[in-house]
Amino acid sequence: MAFAKKSGPAGSKARGRGAKATGDKKDGQRRGMFRRRKVCKFCAERIDDINYKDVRVLSGFVPERGKVLPRRISGTCALHQRKLRTAIMRARQIALLPYVID
Amino acid sequence: MSERKYELVYVMKPDATEAEVAEQQTQIEAIIARVGGTLEKTDPWGRRKLAYDIGNHKEGFYVLHLIAGSGELMKEIDRRLRNTEGLLRHLIVRVDEHERKADRAKNIRVEDSRRRRVARGLPPDRQPGEGPQAQDGDDDDRDGFDPTEA
Repeated sequence: MAFAKKSGPAGSKARGRGAKATGDKKDGQRRGMFRRRKVCKFCAERIDDINYKDVRVLSGFVPERGKVLPRRISGTCALHQRKLRTAIMRARQIALLPYVID
Repeated sequence: MSERKYELVYVMKPDATEAEVAEQQTQIEAIIARVGGTLEKTDPWGRRKLAYDIGNHKEGFYVLHLIAGSGELMKEIDRRLRNTEGLLRHLIVRVDEHERKADRAKNIRVEDSRRRRVARGLPPDRQPGEGPQAQDGDDDDRDGFDPTEA
C-alpha cells in the first residue's frame, strides 16, 4: 500500500500515486504525473490581514464563475480560507467582486 | 464606552457631482459630531468599475472613511445611509479587533523566528546580505512515497 492514499475515498486502491497534497481526494491519477505540493498562499507570503479591499489578492481565489475557489484546489489552510471567505463576501457587498458571472 | 474603530465604505452613483460627494461627507461628519466620535481618515477611491450592474449603473464612486466611535454611532450612520438617495451600496466593518489579531499573529511569528535564530546561534535579526531563505524540505515529497504507511 505504499503508493495508496492515507485515507482516500473508496476506490483509491494502489492506482495513482498518492501525493501528500492535503485535501486532494481525486483518485485514479496518472502515474508519473508531477503534482506540486500545495501551500497556503497566505501562510507562505505571510499575509496576516486578508482584507476585503485587496481585490487583486481576492480575485485570485474567485475563478471564472465567480465562486470561491475551494481549499482542495487552492491549498489554502483552514484558517486563511475562513478569512478569505469573509473578505470575499464583504467585497461582493460593495460590488468589488461579483456574486455570479454567467 | 470604549471606542471602537470602524471602516465605512460607500458607493455613490457615478454621475454624482463633487458637490454631492462633499455633501455626503458633511452629513456623515454631522452625525459623528452629534453622537460623538472622530472621523480619522477619509480616502476617496474615486470612480471604479462595479463588479456587477446596480440599477443600470456600471460604475460607482467609492469613498472610504475610518471612524472611531461607539456602535450606536455606526447604527445611526447605517440607518441614515440606508435612506440616502444617490447611494448604491455601503458597508460598515469593525476593524480594531481584526487589526489587533493581525498584529498579534505578526508578533508571534517575528518572535518565533528570532527564537529559532538564536537557538541556531545566529543574531536574532536577519543580517543584510544573508539572502533568501533556504528552500529545503521540498525534495522528500516528490516521490509520492509515504514512509509512515509502509
